[in-house]
Amino acid sequence: MTANSSSLATSLVQSVDWLAVAPPTIAALTGLAVLVADLFLSERGKRLLGWGAIAGLALASLSLLPLLDGDRSTFCLTTGAHACSYTADTFALVIQFLVLGGALLTALLSFSALDDLKLPAGEFWFLLLSSAAGAALLPAARDLATLVIALEVASLPAFALVGLRRGDRLSSEAALKFFLSSVTATAVMLLGVSFVYAATGSLHLSRIAGALTHVDPRLDTLAQAGVVLTLVGFAFKTAAVPFHFWVPDTYVGAPVPVAAYLSVVGKAVGFSGLILVTVLAFPAYADVWGPAVAVLAALTMTAGNAAALRQRPERAFSAVRLLAWSSVAQAGYLLVPIAAAGYADSAKDASRAIGSTVAYALTYAAVNLGAFAVAALVARTSPANRLTDYRGLYAARPAAALALGFFLLCLAGLPPGIIGLFAKVTVFSAAVDAGLGWLAVVMALNVVMALYYYLQWTAVLFRAPEHSAAAESVPGGTAEPVPAAGAAVARPRAVPLTAAIGLTAVIGIALSGAPQLVLRFASGTLL
Amino acid sequence: MNHTVQQLLLAAAVVLPLLGSAAALLPAPPGLRGRGPDQAVLRHGVTVTGVVLAAAIALAAGFDHDHPARMQAQTDIGWIPALDIRVHLGVDGVSLPLLVLTALLTFLCALYTYFNRPSGPSPKAFVALLLLLESGTLASFAVLDLMLFFLAFEMVLIPMYFLINRWGGAERERAAWRFILYTLLGSVVMLLGLLLVGLEGGTFDMVALATDKGSGLSHTTQLIAALAIIVGLAVKAPMWPLHSWLPDAHTAAPTVGSVLLAGVLLKMGTYGLVRIVLPMTPEAAHTYAPYLAAFAVVGIIYGSLACLALALPSPTTTLNGGFALSESTGAKGDLKRLIAYSSVGHMGFVLLGIATLTPTGVNGALFANIAHGLITGLLFFLVGALKDRSGTTDLDQLAGTSGAALYGRAPRLGGLLAFGAVASLGLPGLAGFWGEMLAMFGAFDPADGLSRPAFLTYMALAGVGTLLTAAYMLVVVRRVCMGDQPIEPGTGTGAGRPALADVHGHEFAAWSPLVALTVLAGLWPAALLGLTDPAVQQLLAGGNR
Repeated sequence: MTANSSSLATSLVQSVDWLAVAPPTIAALTGLAVLVADLFLSERGKRLLGWGAIAGLALASLSLLPLLDGDRSTFCLTTGAHACSYTADTFALVIQFLVLGGALLTALLSFSALDDLKLPAGEFWFLLLSSAAGAALLPAARDLATLVIALEVASLPAFALVGLRRGDRLSSEAALKFFLSSVTATAVMLLGVSFVYAATGSLHLSRIAGALTHVDPRLDTLAQAGVVLTLVGFAFKTAAVPFHFWVPDTYVGAPVPVAAYLSVVGKAVGFSGLILVTVLAFPAYADVWGPAVAVLAALTMTAGNAAALRQRPERAFSAVRLLAWSSVAQAGYLLVPIAAAGYADSAKDASRAIGSTVAYALTYAAVNLGAFAVAALVARTSPANRLTDYRGLYAARPAAALALGFFLLCLAGLPPGIIGLFAKVTVFSAAVDAGLGWLAVVMALNVVMALYYYLQWTAVLFRAPEHSAAAESVPGGTAEPVPAAGAAVARPRAVPLTAAIGLTAVIGIALSGAPQLVLRFASGTLL
Repeated sequence: MNHTVQQLLLAAAVVLPLLGSAAALLPAPPGLRGRGPDQAVLRHGVTVTGVVLAAAIALAAGFDHDHPARMQAQTDIGWIPALDIRVHLGVDGVSLPLLVLTALLTFLCALYTYFNRPSGPSPKAFVALLLLLESGTLASFAVLDLMLFFLAFEMVLIPMYFLINRWGGAERERAAWRFILYTLLGSVVMLLGLLLVGLEGGTFDMVALATDKGSGLSHTTQLIAALAIIVGLAVKAPMWPLHSWLPDAHTAAPTVGSVLLAGVLLKMGTYGLVRIVLPMTPEAAHTYAPYLAAFAVVGIIYGSLACLALALPSPTTTLNGGFALSESTGAKGDLKRLIAYSSVGHMGFVLLGIATLTPTGVNGALFANIAHGLITGLLFFLVGALKDRSGTTDLDQLAGTSGAALYGRAPRLGGLLAFGAVASLGLPGLAGFWGEMLAMFGAFDPADGLSRPAFLTYMALAGVGTLLTAAYMLVVVRRVCMGDQPIEPGTGTGAGRPALADVHGHEFAAWSPLVALTVLAGLWPAALLGLTDPAVQQLLAGGNR
């Protein structure tokens, strides 16, 4: 009798594995705490909010540690086949680490931007933490409803973050553009999800995968349409062509740390969702999405690099714009192994291909955040952030210039950015292994094309500073550097920003020395 | 010698300069401060390169000369299991001479720099870059893993870029940018070829791939991969028509940069051809050999003609030396540029030797490699010294209307320059002779399956190239070393020529090893050929063991 009632109780009241859901939960709770604390803190105490947010993100990252011992699932169905909505497997943990670490670095970048741009601190930290919580939830989500919710939780605060610069026309325009295109993509994706649900009768990824193998022939078209439309939403988040037009304007309009956040965490959200639906839910339709993703990857990297090559260095915000286009191109490389997974013969091969994406994403996250961090540092003294402003950076700030040079070479995939090189090699070999020779060739051409702008920027860092030439030509030119230097002194030293640059540089160098740290994901099984 | 000791020596030769490079950037510890930070760091450079040279010589002494075809002093440690990339080091008869040459030239450069401080930013960075350069070049001759080879290959570019960009002469920024763009694009293309070989062949290990003789690769794969690798290496070598970065880079580079660029960096290209293309993609090497040889011969003729044009007096000088030169931007008749073009010609002989695919030709190529490193290194040192003394490397400005009369004004310097020029034109009895002769011998009887008439033509053209080389080198000697010594009204200064300081003690120290080795290699070529020949036979027949 008692045994019977207890089993009834477990079937009605689920026992939640709080440890497993801790990472996103801690981030979300910290966000709420920061929002409430903002109400009670004086203007001077608001700096504490940032440190609170960082502590929350650090705690959330630490909460990943106890989960390393094995896969955990929670929010499972209590009846019928075993299917869970939340699974903390290796893939989820790695992406959660990426997302939380990325948010942590963004938080470090944001301190000086908050001061310089007079952004509202409480709202900023709350929005950042909420978005990070959504992004951390997404890789562990194992049903379409949770996925969509996580995606929206990650995105909605991001719109507000982009538009946070009050009274700035560029900022509001960027936010509006971002919002409109994102909402359209979400609507399309929801339509796709509903089609898939109609065809399979389930929202759980594992059950969809099973049901799609024997779809009613009359519903086959519906299911195919559903698969393609669902991918659209994630393709938007990864900023894949043709859903990439929002990227440059949004990055330029947003505060630099937010642009950094979007380029790393926003993309991580997109591609991890894409991986989950393609590999876990739609393996039966690999012949549909495999070629589609391959074409998408080729177009994305080519369009991104072509646009980056066309950037004029003297244009305002050209540095951020270049990083924006380069991030579009990098998204193309990230998509290559996902396409390769569509051509894989076995689940194991698919998982290895996915591992290449994860390894690449981790590398990209560290070095891209580093590059944005240096851009944020330069933005403090030259707000226009043109590429020409980087001329002679080595003379003014040798450490920052060396770090940026290293990050750019990592992005380009050249020594001493060894990790960038080998991450590209894994992606390349994933394409070759899957028999996607043409995609490998397209990628190779793109890597060569991208060298030009990365190298040019790197070379600019070490040129002789421009003001010495200006001083010769303009009689009053000598007066020009003085206020610039004065401004640099007047601003408080950006300790967190420096810490972020240092941290990303250390990560990049450590990975270059021991690439196996991330590349092991490319040989192991993740999902 | 003990195997472990050999292993350690080789590893030390690669790692020590790297550590030394990092240490150069740190403040000197107490007790090693010397007479100020600049002197301390320059001395640090001499010490580190000296220790590396000692290690290289000890390695050569302990090398088992009875089995030069065997890979010796091997170290093989896993680095990135995910991609099966291993830290695999080793030397055989092909790489050992290059290794020693690199260590020697870098040491001489450090020694030269110690007494003759480069004009430019702090010597601290200079020494750090020099050591980084040494580490990269030594690594590229010592590694036996394709990916590591690429890394080492790339590692060299960055310090060289900065050496040209920061310490160079006129037009240095443009020249440095051109250098990095050409060589980088070349090596990225090479990377694609290496990746193709590695991914299709199933391993990146150079020894294993050489033993496979390309059996793991389909014919098409071989053709594509070899083409990419050859293009990449040909930029570095440099092969006509991919050479156009070289004259600018040499003209702009500081003396030490020029010496290392010509003496060591160019060798990496031809070494790669011998080590990678010949054994790993033999079928493709066979297909491309005639074209490679054709380009090589064009390079020989083109290089010598360009030199001849530079060596002969330009018509503007008769008007007014100083004035006319300023508008021709100094590039015309520049001695450094001339030696750079002569490198294109000499490397053409090396490429021709490799393209014959015969042991004779490849041995000749490797010999010419070393000889060119010694002789051109010496010539760049001499021209650098000349520039320090007279302020210019422009032949027209130096020579005036009758000649620079170096024999009279600085007899030892003049004598050395004449020696270098004569060695460079391939006088029998000096190092320059054997390599080029063997390369032409190889072309006389190329490997089976290669068109003999074509190679006979190439040989004849290469012979014409040697004549042209002799012509321009003798013109240079005549215009620089000979001439009227008394007061010369045509120099633009109006006054008599100032006496030039003759060779200093430290210059003797830096140059005499090169002179001695040039003579030694010329009189006793068997010392070098005995090392390379078995290794080459093995490489052509199916890889090292």
